Formats: sequence, structure tokens, C-alpha cells
Amino acid sequence: MVFVFATLLFTGCKGGKKASDEEVKVELSAEDKTAILQDIKQAEKIFNALPSPLESAMLIKSAGARFNEKALNPVSKVSTYVTNKDMALNLGAYTCDLSFASLYEQTQLLIDYMNAAKKMADGLGILKAIEQADIDKLEENINNTEVIMDIVSQTFMNSNSYLEDNGQPATAAMVLVGGWIEGLYISTQLVDMNEFNNNKLVAKIIDQKLSIDILLSLLENSKGNPAVDELIVEVGKLKAVFDKINIKSSPVRPEYDAASNTTVLKSEVKLDITPQIFSELSATVTKIRSSFVK
Amino acid sequence: MVIAFNGAANAQCKAFAKKDCLPELGAYTHDGNYHAAVLVEGEEAELYKTFYSDMEYRVAIVGEAKLPQIEFKIMDSNKNVLYSNKDKDYAKTWDFKLQASQQLKLVVKVSSFNQAGETPASGCVAIMFGFKMKK
Repeated sequence: MVFVFATLLFTGCKGGKKASDEEVKVELSAEDKTAILQDIKQAEKIFNALPSPLESAMLIKSAGARFNEKALNPVSKVSTYVTNKDMALNLGAYTCDLSFASLYEQTQLLIDYMNAAKKMADGLGILKAIEQADIDKLEENINNTEVIMDIVSQTFMNSNSYLEDNGQPATAAMVLVGGWIEGLYISTQLVDMNEFNNNKLVAKIIDQKLSIDILLSLLENSKGNPAVDELIVEVGKLKAVFDKINIKSSPVRPEYDAASNTTVLKSEVKLDITPQIFSELSATVTKIRSSFVK
Repeated sequence: MVIAFNGAANAQCKAFAKKDCLPELGAYTHDGNYHAAVLVEGEEAELYKTFYSDMEYRVAIVGEAKLPQIEFKIMDSNKNVLYSNKDKDYAKTWDFKLQASQQLKLVVKVSSFNQAGETPASGCVAIMFGFKMKK
């Protein structure tokens, strides 16, 4: 059945118009066609979308956090990552650090982290993810945040699409996990515990609870891969802490704003976290992140 | 055979996503994530993502020209439909922002040409997100 399904798709993609039965070269009865269509309808595709490293970095900046280089993974460690898992996790981590540096206009760091991400991508055999031309363009536009963000976004898309397209979804998932954990780690390091109540950055960290199940679903898709199985255990520990945090949301009400042609999704949310639970969360994230960056 | 097909189809989808979907994000910064798949008439795909209160978002969902109209709707965690592009003449993009961060579900469906007995059309459908900081 898979073969017939794949063949149908192949011919369907070929010419720009619907394929005829002759092109398919598989004789199908009306019953077969109905059965295949039924299978197709049931074969639902599900995407689990984690915040990208660029989005994670943007969230930190939008919360008003100050830049701190010490929170980043030093580029000097780049040569110590030699396994597929280490390179994937640290491609994500370095891309997050790179995004963070770019948003805070840390120009030299930005170049250093782009080079570190390139080494990880090259090590994973990701062709043309980050090319020398990208680094040259980065240097030429070092004061143009918009161009820099476009380059970061494009190189990240090159990496994850290459891995997805070349049958490496487990590695693609590990890159995303590495970036997400790095963003969460940086956030927790930048919280001033003397200003815990009504802290905007703490609120952003709590929001990450909304992504923990997406993260686990993403990893579950590659269950059986030993490196992914290890990550599922680690992320499970993080979920156990996130489960101690309460988020209560009122129903979402869409309201269209004609002036900006934008819909505002209105809802009220009540977040409940104690400094003790936050410290536990921070310690758990730090431990996981330490195992990634070593 | 299946693997070879998937590789070719995915590479085709990536090129399509970059060429036809990415420009739809306009002034929004692409988040760098890539979601694309070959879908057949009548087939559905779902996507789960958390959206944050400090951002303004644009979602762009584009199908290859050989496909019928692409329907998409956005739902909250209680399955309430917050937006459907069917009400907006199958618009390819939707701009939104949130008062509070939420996990939302996107359901994308390739509608049907309704021509019984014919092999269903198939083609790439790409989903991309752009964002900017809330003003």
C-alpha cells in the first residue's frame, strides 16, 4: 500500500497537472482508488513546531533582559564536539547564541558564533547550510540587524531542511532541542531573583511550559534512536518541574483590528510560580544544558 | 523506492517553500523553521506551535498551483476556531498578535476538485511563520 501511495504522489508531482492512469503505470480499480484515498485521508501529517533559536533570542530581548556573554556557550569548545548528537545539539545552541549576539549588536561575537555554527553544520555533513559567502555578507552588513536576522534565519532553515530532506529527522529534532534548551538556559541565567515578582522574563520562561509537550512529541517521532531516547528522559525531568507551574487561561476571543489588518487574540492568563519552583527549574535546565555543552 | 521518492519530493518542496511561501512573509522576519509536505486532494495536516504575547505574527500557507484551494484554520487548545481562511477567500496569510501566550493548532486541508474516478492531484504545501516585536 505504501508503494502504491508513493507512486501516486510521484506521478502527481511530475507534470504540473493531474497524472493519468497511464502515467501511473499501476492498474487501479475504482475500489482501489477509493481505498487509497481513504488511507490518504487517515494518514494525517503532524508538525510539531518549537520556537526557533532566533525566536527564542527575540523573546529574551523583548522581555528587556540585558546581554551577558557569560551565559553563552564559548566558541572555544567547538572542536570538542565530535559525535553526531553533540554537533546537532550544539548547532542549535550556537545558533541561539548567534541570534542572541545579533539582537544585542555584539558584532565580533556574532561572527565568531556564525563560524562555530558553520563548523557544527559542516561536521554534520549539511551541505551549503552556512557558506563563506554568508559570513562575508554578515561582515559587510554587521550594523544592519535586519539583514543579519535574515541571514541567521536562512542558514537555520538550510540546516533543518537539509536534515529533514535527507532522512535525518532525529538529528533535525536534536538541533531544535539544543537551541530551545540554550534559549531557556540563557533566560534563567538572566533573571534577577531580587526582582522576581512580576518579572517579564520569568513570565516568558513560564510560557515555555506551553512548548514542552510539543518538544516531547517531536522527540517521540524518533523514539528508538539511542541519542533521542536519552533526550526524552532528560526532557521528561524538565516537564516534571514545568508541571508544578500553573497556567490558567480564559477562553481566547479573536478581535479584528481593521486599522492594522491584524487579529488580536484576547485572553487573560494567570501564572503561578514560586521562587523555589523557579530555582528548581533553573537547576534542571542548567544540568541538561551542561550535559549538552560539556 | 519510497526513500528516493521522499528525498526528491522534499527537495522539490524546499525549493517551492523558498520561492513561493517565504516572500508571503513580507516585512515579518522568518523564524527559520521549515514545514512543508506533499499533500493530496482532501488530505489534512496539523501543526502545533506556541505563540508569544510579545510578538506579532504572520502565518503563510501556500500550495503549488496544480492543487485546489488550500484551506486553513487556527484553533485554540479547546478546539475553538479562531480563524478560517475560507471566510477570507482562501487568503494565503493571516496576521495576528496575542494578549497572552497560547499554544495553537493549525489545520491545513487541500480541498477537492471533486472529479470522481480521477487520480487525485498532489503537490507541495508549505507553512511558514514570520514575527516582529510588538509595537
